Amino acid sequence: MILTDTWKWLVDGANWSGTDGILHRLEQHVIYTLITLAISCLIALPLGSWIAHTGHGRWLVSLANAVRAVPSLGLLCILGIWASSHISGDLALTGPSIAVLVVLALPPLLAGAYAGVTEVDPAARDAAKGMGMTGAQVFAKVELPNSLPLVFSGLRSASLQVIATATIAAFLGIGGLGRFLLDGQASGEYQVMIGGSVLVAVLALLVDLLFALAQRYLVSPGLTGRRVRRHTAGTGTGNLDPATNLDGEKATA
Amino acid sequence: MKTLDLSYVSDNWSDIVHRAWQHAVLAGLPLLIGLAIALPLGWWARRSTRLRPFLIGGAGLLYTIPSLALLIVMPVILGTKILSPWNVIVAMTLYTLALLVRTVADGLSAVPGDVEQAATAMGYTPVKRFFGVDLPLAIPVIAGGLRVAAVSNVSIVSVASLLGVSQLGYYITNGYQRSYSIEVWVGIIGCLVLALLFDLIIQLVSRALTPWLRVRGAS
Repeated sequence: MILTDTWKWLVDGANWSGTDGILHRLEQHVIYTLITLAISCLIALPLGSWIAHTGHGRWLVSLANAVRAVPSLGLLCILGIWASSHISGDLALTGPSIAVLVVLALPPLLAGAYAGVTEVDPAARDAAKGMGMTGAQVFAKVELPNSLPLVFSGLRSASLQVIATATIAAFLGIGGLGRFLLDGQASGEYQVMIGGSVLVAVLALLVDLLFALAQRYLVSPGLTGRRVRRHTAGTGTGNLDPATNLDGEKATA
Repeated sequence: MKTLDLSYVSDNWSDIVHRAWQHAVLAGLPLLIGLAIALPLGWWARRSTRLRPFLIGGAGLLYTIPSLALLIVMPVILGTKILSPWNVIVAMTLYTLALLVRTVADGLSAVPGDVEQAATAMGYTPVKRFFGVDLPLAIPVIAGGLRVAAVSNVSIVSVASLLGVSQLGYYITNGYQRSYSIEVWVGIIGCLVLALLFDLIIQLVSRALTPWLRVRGAS
């Protein structure tokens, strides 16, 4: 039975230790994901909110969305071939993989930051200006906090995209949990393939759950409507249309 | 830049067309099946506020499962062989559902209340109203979701080449193993062309099904 074999593989302590053990592969996967998310957030979040705040360079958001049509496996392989003839050492493997992961994480983050700031209720912006806030203050105190729900939904789809593509990147030899999926197939050990798949899926679900929790604590209750009932009507400063929040249901469920 | 050698493309043209067709079926069939399942589920999610978070949240959860992992687990669930194209078709249908259930529910919610009331007053039964009024009015929104799903499906299907299922992704993995970038480009550009074709077809069908939008646009 393949399911019992998979279970045995997963609970066998020997499979968890060592350089090709589950713990080490998991660590690699998480580190690649964190590095990628850190780099792409540093690029996309300021850029996206700046584009929305100033209205300059909207074409960048459309360009980033067009990139999504390029198959991630193709992007990985073409950059992998290029790097193997131009860069030497370990960086030839991890460099292009991280670069591709960043390229794939940028569109949802950019779109989230852009849409988040764009869709701030104009009334809230006007009220802030009327209270005497400067442009920078409006941006920092009104636009940014109000954009958080959409920024988070972008962050969550980016992290899923990165975890999924990091799995495929094992094909280039960078390690991570994808190793089990490919090695298991090469050696005909289906329990390793399926065990690895289960681990990747659980990692993706856990990361999504973590971001959902962070979103709960960081996003102002006035925006999510969670505690609106306790206040009198009209407290929500920037009532975001729930339909525009890609992950609205998952966040509040 | 080396000189561009297109002899690979001309030498393998019939093979490329064959794999492109396989790719189109693996990505396109799930769009149709997914749409057929998403319509009743989206309608249901729209009607019942209690079920809505479960239907849409559950569908969204499917999307969190990484593609390679889902493709590998599929044979265990379906009892098929690892190379069976049905693994890809069912997995892609699940991804399509993850995107479309929500879109269908949103599209149906966007139908103006007075239109629904007018239809009911004219004697439309609920079923007739759904197919005659609500669904046609929701077509532009549903087509938008379908376009996103089509592009995403075409890209994800290429991943199945890591498992040996024949389609355009074969050129990507095979080209990488041979360090032959032209072959990889054949796979990438093939996928892009296919995605563009799907996008075009969905837009054309959506336009043909909603003639009233063009009349309004012209005035």
